[in-house]
Amino acid sequence: MAPIIKTEKITHVYSTGTVFEQAALTGVDFQAERGEYVGIIGHTGSGKSTFIQTLNGLIKPTSGTVFFDGTDIRQSKARTREVRFKVGLVFQYPEYQLFEETVFKDIAFGPKNMGLPENEVSERVREAASFVGLGAGELEKSPFELSGGQRRRAAIAGVIAMRPQVLIADEPTAGLDPSGSAEIIANIGAYRRSAGATVVIVTHNMDEIARNADRVAVFDRGRIIIDASPAQTFARGEELTAMGLGLPSAAMIAARLRERGLRLPDGIITAEGLRAALREFKKGAGGGNA
Amino acid sequence: MEMPDIIEPVSGGGGVPDAVLTAENLTYSYRAREGELPPRVLDGIDMDVGRGAFVAVLGHNGSGKSTLAKHFNAVLLPVGGRVLVEGMDTSDERLTLDIRRAVGMVFQNPDNQIVASVVEEDVAFAPENLGCPSEDIRRRVDEALRVVGMSEYGGHSPHLLSGGQKQRVAIAGVLAMEPKCIVFDEPTAMLDPRGRGSVIRIIRRLCGELGVTVVLITHHMDEAIGADRLIVMSDGRIVMDGTPREIFSRPDALAAYGLDTPETVSLLRGLREDGFDVPLDALTVDECADAILSALAVRPA
Repeated sequence: MAPIIKTEKITHVYSTGTVFEQAALTGVDFQAERGEYVGIIGHTGSGKSTFIQTLNGLIKPTSGTVFFDGTDIRQSKARTREVRFKVGLVFQYPEYQLFEETVFKDIAFGPKNMGLPENEVSERVREAASFVGLGAGELEKSPFELSGGQRRRAAIAGVIAMRPQVLIADEPTAGLDPSGSAEIIANIGAYRRSAGATVVIVTHNMDEIARNADRVAVFDRGRIIIDASPAQTFARGEELTAMGLGLPSAAMIAARLRERGLRLPDGIITAEGLRAALREFKKGAGGGNA
Repeated sequence: MEMPDIIEPVSGGGGVPDAVLTAENLTYSYRAREGELPPRVLDGIDMDVGRGAFVAVLGHNGSGKSTLAKHFNAVLLPVGGRVLVEGMDTSDERLTLDIRRAVGMVFQNPDNQIVASVVEEDVAFAPENLGCPSEDIRRRVDEALRVVGMSEYGGHSPHLLSGGQKQRVAIAGVLAMEPKCIVFDEPTAMLDPRGRGSVIRIIRRLCGELGVTVVLITHHMDEAIGADRLIVMSDGRIVMDGTPREIFSRPDALAAYGLDTPETVSLLRGLREDGFDVPLDALTVDECADAILSALAVRPA
């Protein structure tokens, strides 16, 4: 089976032909499988936001090809339009884009645009709302009566209501408190499991990636320079730090412990992983063969 | 571990002799809809901030922490109780300008705080408005840009700067007023890790080296670790008040208020469950690694 989404040598240049000409992406090859959870990291200006907008055709790369389920998304106008619904994109601070009178109408915007009959639209709105934990009471309110976290979730529901096969989110937890962030990540995970969807998340939260992602793509100056499992990625701590990126806390603590002579296995990136390694270490020490 | 349900604030209003900021039984509500009772956003806040202190205020979204911050330079006025800045009552309109001179504010979105098209002019905006003589303005602008590490960008256009750099310019703009106190309202919420790090380092320096009193509103636990004192808010009240060590070693109470502990504390807590003799208050990565090593060292080899 073809990967659900794939890019071949995409390059994108902003303001072509002016003094401000700047390459945002240079020859990016990327692919994601069905059901995969991919984390995208990179500092501001590394090209990651431009990249994700090429995946559903919002930005047409200067050169290169984007494939959805094996076919070029630019093959025909109809194909491009179809891909807009199948690859759902949640922007940064999406709550600023709510504009309807009620939360219901806002979530219904996407499915209505798809030309679905009214009863199907309502069903999808209720289904999407339940994924993000919004009840019937909230659906009839104005988006402006919701809290910041609820507004963010309503905006995500608007994308989920299109039942995308790929859900892409640009820093979906930015500016939220820890419990609000955890809810959003759980909501996205629930949709992924239920729909078998692929999830691509841009984030600065390395602990979140260490816990959830199957794979990490690291962007630097318009290229993907690491594309590996979280454990392999965070093993390259010095490179990441040099790029201004952080590491999961557990990986930093494990690195300090190794520096001070503690023999720990590689690939520790979560608190659970470090706990398991330390339990093993203690057992070994107790048995006298540390 | 014993865990009281309600944690009493350590200090109440009027307790600190040399307070820069004082709130006394402060209440605030936004205007309600017709027929509804206005919800209390702040519900009887008593607190003091001593001169030169670095106080972090933590709370979940909607806890009232930003509303509290806006009372400290008279952007909002109390509905009940009062707020004193250097002894000046914020409800007295004649004192508003003096209050804003004493307490500067830095907000979340750097794009909303920059007014001029050249960095230097932006930083000069406040001292010009204060009517400072021009040679004094020059000195203040140069000094402020030096403190935030942006001297070489004085002639640049702010819109081409990164988010972190813009936020540093916004801080310089506040510093140029030479305030006694700066209130930061989630200054890093919209920044990437590099920008966050640079802003937090500057905040620590302002307090440590320049003696500016700092109030930092945040929900990033790791930013609060460096503060002298930590105040936790929930539903418009102060529910915890102590040193970061005291507060973060009560993870259950924090969780009840919708907050996490730093990852270091969560790990130490797990290790305790695993039978390691580690403290809960080794907050930084280095302290945490040290705590683990010493716990391992006492095991029979």
